[in-house]
Amino acid sequence: MIYFQLFITYLKIGFFGFGGGYTMLSLIQHEVVEYRHWISNSELTDIIAISQMTPGPIAINSATYIGYTVTGNIWGSIIATVAVCLPALSIMILITRFYLKLQNNKYVTGILSGMKPMMIGMILSAGILLLTPNTFIDYKSWIILAAAFILSILKLNPIILIIIAGIVGVMIY
Amino acid sequence: MQRMNKIETVKLKALFTSFSKIGISTFGGGYAMIPIIEREIVENRKWIEKDQFLELLTLAQSAPGPLALNTAVFVGYKICKFKGALVSVCGIVIPSFTIILIIALFFSKIKDNQTVIAAFKGIRPAVVALILAPIFGLVKGMEYYKIALAIAAALAVWLLGISPIAFIVLGAIAGLLHVGFIKK
Repeated sequence: MIYFQLFITYLKIGFFGFGGGYTMLSLIQHEVVEYRHWISNSELTDIIAISQMTPGPIAINSATYIGYTVTGNIWGSIIATVAVCLPALSIMILITRFYLKLQNNKYVTGILSGMKPMMIGMILSAGILLLTPNTFIDYKSWIILAAAFILSILKLNPIILIIIAGIVGVMIY
Repeated sequence: MQRMNKIETVKLKALFTSFSKIGISTFGGGYAMIPIIEREIVENRKWIEKDQFLELLTLAQSAPGPLALNTAVFVGYKICKFKGALVSVCGIVIPSFTIILIIALFFSKIKDNQTVIAAFKGIRPAVVALILAPIFGLVKGMEYYKIALAIAAALAVWLLGISPIAFIVLGAIAGLLHVGFIKK
């Protein structure tokens, strides 16, 4: 039953995951944390950190990781990972076959431009949703947030940023 | 016939190698990986032309799912139809799958370690910053009413717990109505 739920959940995440990456986070958060209660917000934050530091897209990394955490075995990982890839695989094959016709289609352009503000909103909500008391334990957390935000705007490599934050964490906590 | 199969096998192997290379060298995902993908499939392999690559990016961004995955499907399908698409997706997925699985096995054993706990207390706020920072680049040049809509949607997901799917669908419908009725 849990395998079936994992499959459906990640199929949904894959199907509505327009914009990829961070846009998919709010979807993952909503499905996996709020709806299914498989993991907590701070666990999700840890998974995002790990995904940032390891190769591969976040959506796939989170599927592999959460699939394992939820079921405790590799089959959970495989099922969630396959499920998150299936919609992209089938939709992209359709697009590739008909791509000349789609390219300048005004309806397709319209749909995409309508979705763009929503995708940005979803990135914003993913960030806000992770601002929980478990993640932000005291004022030092907010200082780290502000410093990391500035460094990130200044285009510091995310992996280096996470390593620095980890070292700071060990020093102050 | 056998010759055909041989050519196909060579192509499939090349697809798998290239996309696992892309899969292993793209950290964090997103736009940082575009130059890496371009170098491999346009310059090294010459599977597609440079201007076709730009079209591919537009298409890959209009489909749901991670950019690297969508690119893999497009190039794989173009080179070797369905088999090519499948092999390229495996190339993207297998390296990160293996690495994450090892970490998942390992992390459950070390996560109660005091140093690890302290490190993640520092890391979590930084992750939130990493998620929020790109928004400034994305809203640059965007109309104010669209920014307001983005903020409203974010608040609705946050405060009311509405599914993000609802807003993605709403955005799609609004965009469709806009070109269908207003911009005749």
